[in-house]
Amino acid sequence: MTKHEVYITPNEVSIDGKVLIHNKNGAAMLTELYRAYVGDYPKFFKMDTLSKLGFVASELLLHSEGAERFVPREDRAVVFFNRSASLQADTAYQATIQDPENFFPSPAAFVYTLPNIVTGEIAIRNKYFGETSFIVLPENNPQIMARELQNVFLDPMTTSVLGGWLDCTDENHFEANIFLILKS
Amino acid sequence: MGGKPMIVRVSDNIISPLGMTTAENYVAVKAGRSELKRHDGLWQLPEPFTASLMNREAVNEKAAQLQIDDRYTFFEKMIILSAAKALEQTDIDPTSDSVLFILSTTKGNVFLLDKNETGFPRERVLLGYAAKQMTDYFHNPNTPIVVSNACISGVCAQIQAMRELESGRFDYVVTVGADVQSAFIVSGFQSFKALSVDCCKPFDANRTGLNLGDAAATLIYTRKDEVNENDWVACRGAIRNDANHISGPSRTGEGSYRALKVALGDTNPDKIAFINAHGTATLYNDEMESFAIERAGLSCVPVNGLKGYYGHTMGAAGILESILSMQAIDDHNILATRGYETIGVMHPLVLSNQNQPTEKRAFIKLLSGFGGCNAALLFAKGGEA
Repeated sequence: MTKHEVYITPNEVSIDGKVLIHNKNGAAMLTELYRAYVGDYPKFFKMDTLSKLGFVASELLLHSEGAERFVPREDRAVVFFNRSASLQADTAYQATIQDPENFFPSPAAFVYTLPNIVTGEIAIRNKYFGETSFIVLPENNPQIMARELQNVFLDPMTTSVLGGWLDCTDENHFEANIFLILKS
Repeated sequence: MGGKPMIVRVSDNIISPLGMTTAENYVAVKAGRSELKRHDGLWQLPEPFTASLMNREAVNEKAAQLQIDDRYTFFEKMIILSAAKALEQTDIDPTSDSVLFILSTTKGNVFLLDKNETGFPRERVLLGYAAKQMTDYFHNPNTPIVVSNACISGVCAQIQAMRELESGRFDYVVTVGADVQSAFIVSGFQSFKALSVDCCKPFDANRTGLNLGDAAATLIYTRKDEVNENDWVACRGAIRNDANHISGPSRTGEGSYRALKVALGDTNPDKIAFINAHGTATLYNDEMESFAIERAGLSCVPVNGLKGYYGHTMGAAGILESILSMQAIDDHNILATRGYETIGVMHPLVLSNQNQPTEKRAFIKLLSGFGGCNAALLFAKGGEA
């Protein structure tokens, strides 16, 4: 059963179907949303765009859930899907090693070259010790996503999933469509 | 079992520098062999590194015999070849819509991001597109699922396979795990200071880091209501997060401990032959695992690690190491931890650099990775006693 839904593109934000007013677009909008609705988590500024997107979307979703925050729990899973994995971070890291004459591989850039890092960022923020997972599909496919999200409840402890579509190819091209789903 | 169907191995394959079949790999590992070698100047990298790398010509040759030609990248050849070799031992029809393919990989065709690589369409860097090369090769009608959960992907993919079968939507799941090394991956781990320049020493007092390796491995699963005593059953698995740090393991082994607890369930630790650990030979990983194993009440269960034979094969590791652990139990053997000499973790573990006999029929595969993720999966031959 889907409880809440957040939708974010570079120029549109909605929570449970209600449009959220904002001034900026693209990655700057994610920072604007962070300042307006979060504000107390400076680690946000270290994140790549995929993680920023997932972080902001999950914060808006959890605000609308309205439950007590930051209580350690193992019964909530975080499971995202996308098409591009960590392509933006991969491209950024590749740039640091492309030129043998100007070779400066950065660990801070390399760590984001895994799509599941965003699930870890959300687990850390919320003290979620439950399942975290990232699944890549050739294209967005709501039917497969629904099937896979239902399967997550086959874990003996999982009673809710924060999950859905979370794709980013660069600072101006991204889409989050994430849900809070309760075990039926 | 409450009438719950059991998830049973149908067939498997490993393609690695130690061989092109599961049997070749097991014989090599049992004999203590490894292809971990020092590479200096490879891929124009400024620093040397030790890795277990495939002979690419040998893969091309084997692949060509199955019409897996140069339309495919080296990574795609590896996954298709491994899946083909696992499928050829069965009567499964891969064109059926009751067969699902799951791919476990972290970086797939990432080498295509290099501006000097022009032989393939750039979209093949997308993991779903690389996986689609495999399903198209087999004329499989289903959309492939790619699990990309850093170093735990291979166990996650198997847990995913179990769920797809339990929910009844599919009759067979072909679970393929692979990664191939490149300047991208090696330089990244070097920047983290995570690599050892020498052969890695899992759980050893003098361990200095991990080695990387190429491999592809496949496990095909199905669902059965009744199993016979030689069937390998994937019993219970769990994925848990440390909720601590994105690039360092929890000092208290929070996620691994919790994953182990769920995987163990009501099983008596006395029934378990060994825990096949992640054992990357980094300072923090091995220390963390020792704590998690102790907290889960499993200190008395022997532990081994296989990174000393293959290096860290990333997306392949969870599948490759599960297959070899099944082979070992079939052979009444606990494989030696190659590279280990003196205990170097604070929480005591039962470890050996020699093969050890066992008559037990169950084991736990344990993994952990970046993003704070951890996974554990209990396997039992003939099902849980």
